[in-house]
Amino acid sequence: MMNRKIFPALFAVALALPALPAQAALRVLACEPEWGALVQELGGSLVEVSVATNALQDPHQIQAKPSLIARARNADLVVCTGAELEIGWLPVLLQQSGNAKVQPGQPGHFAAADVVRKLDVPGQLDRSQGDVHAAGNPHIQIDPRNIAQVAAALGTRLQQLDPAHTAEYARQQADFAQRWQQAIARWTAQAAPLKGVPVVSQHKAFVYLYDWLGLKEVAVLEPKPGVEPSASHLQGVLSALKGAPARMVLYAAYQDPRPSEWLSKNAGIEAVKVPFTVGGTEAAKDLFGLFDDTLARLLAAGAKR
Amino acid sequence: MRKLLAASLGLVLAAPVGAMADAAPDIKAMRQEIDAMRADYEARLRALEQRLKAAEAAASTPPPVLSVAAAPTSATPPATSAAPAPAAPAPTVTAASGGGANAFNPAISLILSGRYTQTSQDPATYAITGFQLPVDAEVGPGTRGFSLAESELGIAASIDPWWRGAAHIAVHPDNSVSVEEAYVQTTALGNGFSLKAGRYFSGIGYLNPQHAHTWDFVDNPLAYQAMLGTQYGDDGVQLTWIAPIDHYLEFGAELGRGRNFPGGDNSRNGAGMQALTAHTGGDIGASHNWRAGLSVLSADASDQSLAATNSAGSAVTNAFSGRTQVWVADAVWKWAPNGNATRTSFKLQGEYLRSTRDGSLVYDVGNTDSTGAYRAVQSGWYLQGIYQFMPRWRVGLRTERLDAGTPDYGLNASSFADSGYRPSKNTLMVDFSSSEFSRLRLQLAKDRSREGVTDNQLLLQYQMSLGAHGAHGY
Repeated sequence: MMNRKIFPALFAVALALPALPAQAALRVLACEPEWGALVQELGGSLVEVSVATNALQDPHQIQAKPSLIARARNADLVVCTGAELEIGWLPVLLQQSGNAKVQPGQPGHFAAADVVRKLDVPGQLDRSQGDVHAAGNPHIQIDPRNIAQVAAALGTRLQQLDPAHTAEYARQQADFAQRWQQAIARWTAQAAPLKGVPVVSQHKAFVYLYDWLGLKEVAVLEPKPGVEPSASHLQGVLSALKGAPARMVLYAAYQDPRPSEWLSKNAGIEAVKVPFTVGGTEAAKDLFGLFDDTLARLLAAGAKR
Repeated sequence: MRKLLAASLGLVLAAPVGAMADAAPDIKAMRQEIDAMRADYEARLRALEQRLKAAEAAASTPPPVLSVAAAPTSATPPATSAAPAPAAPAPTVTAASGGGANAFNPAISLILSGRYTQTSQDPATYAITGFQLPVDAEVGPGTRGFSLAESELGIAASIDPWWRGAAHIAVHPDNSVSVEEAYVQTTALGNGFSLKAGRYFSGIGYLNPQHAHTWDFVDNPLAYQAMLGTQYGDDGVQLTWIAPIDHYLEFGAELGRGRNFPGGDNSRNGAGMQALTAHTGGDIGASHNWRAGLSVLSADASDQSLAATNSAGSAVTNAFSGRTQVWVADAVWKWAPNGNATRTSFKLQGEYLRSTRDGSLVYDVGNTDSTGAYRAVQSGWYLQGIYQFMPRWRVGLRTERLDAGTPDYGLNASSFADSGYRPSKNTLMVDFSSSEFSRLRLQLAKDRSREGVTDNQLLLQYQMSLGAHGAHGY
């Protein structure tokens, strides 16, 4: 019988292969571009980063596709947002990877949302409220202060996983932290005119940005999180804005711009595409560019009136 | 001041290395640090107050998920405290209002499904011409009218750091309950290995391991119904291994009891089923990805009761003993603009199955009882495309053919007549998902499984998921 022969052969090959030489660089799989960029900042040439999604993809809705399984299988560290953002694909990806190092709870599994204070933690958990996240709003990356906290924890994790290069990681982390704090000071000063400005969001994706800059969310285009804006709900938002006008409507680069553009046209307010992550717009080339561009766009729209 | 901050930051970070130089005892820096710590603690207090409020508000709701995040966050507080938002102390248990023993309850999901069926032919006479199937085989559109479809209870959790377990209990419309899957699986073997033991759907092909609620049509293709008993599940062990290369390459080997068709449940030592699978796949740019594979399943059967029609056109029961080998070639290709399937996406999927049954057949058990050699090579394929043309709406088309081959009945040759009929079916479906947890589907089919008869089928189906909703495979 032919498969009786294949069977032992497969086993032999499988057992012989794991003894491959250790990789020089730490292999990191980042779920979203912002964490890929952060690992690159903190790890430099010591890490080999691949990113599971691009800025034009909705991180809620990714599939555990073959290329991702292969990358998860070979990773030393998986860096994701957590807080259930990747619940639709990451658990099955990790299960199928056959990689013990990156399972939840292992040092090779890093969830950024675990180290920051989360907003929008629902008091009541019921799916009639839409696609709510029990752990709180997962879109933590649009507040640079969160990035600073994640950087500190992630830097420590890199040192733990690759102790031979502790000093180098520490140096790169200190360097990044310094540049980042300076940038935060600059951004905060730049954004002063945005304080208290009323805005509309397409998806409840910007709470951390509002928390940082003091923007005031007066309406959301999605009737419930993850539910497409309907015509009647958009009309409702439009009429509500007559009483309490907003300055602009924000949508993330990966989202369909049409609901925001519709509101922009009908309410006569600016629609602002927020890069949301590294690569979301031409100018958001790295983490610094992400916030430079986000602020530039918000300020441009805020100054139009 | 910035420089000072950076310097103290650098020192704090360098501390773990042991290269701890004496910090200049700068009073200003210390004061700053104290201020920062104070701000940090105040913020933590605020966060705790918020959590307390949330817990009070949630006092009447079921205990939410426990986020076990073992992050050894020895993050240096002064380094981060320059930012006003406080670092939460590493492992945060989200408002466990239930707490205690229930905190470790597994994830529970329930799929609710029901349907309405209308057929132009009586489902009781359903058969696939040329294919001898077990008397109790679940083929065809099932009962007419309103009925509960397969509703499924799923339970899954980690068992310990080395194992996870899952069970899927199916509730059938006739009030019977069956164990669809119940297995344990390793999580810590590493090196790309994963071992599964228990009852599970075999990893052969593309559709076989998928649960009914993830199918794109109400029913499985004819080829699966005719050659794999709709979906092949077994009791046994499965080992999979993913090659340590950047390209996806996965191999799997399975040993099982052979409890379902094409196997026959026979109590004996050793394995009544062996399967080997190989799959590969990848991306083509950001918008396309694919997977393809080849699998073979071998199963033994002894005295397997099969329903058949003899050359006189009357129904008889035969008994098959021997070995069946099924080869499955599968391929799937998915497209979404920039890999973002929120608005539009397309999925093209096809499989080819070829079954060889080799052994002996007892013709007309209980009456004629004549034994003869039996060898049948049969095949079939389907091809389907699913197009999501706008958010929440999808349309799908499936076409399929079967070839019953020309079986060699040995001494029983005169008892059977082969018409050379090729069963076929074309199916059209439209579905609407109000969210990712609910789906309504309309399916129309022209089923020509029975020679000379066209069965026009209309099926309406709902499928809803409540509770924990596990991630789906590719």
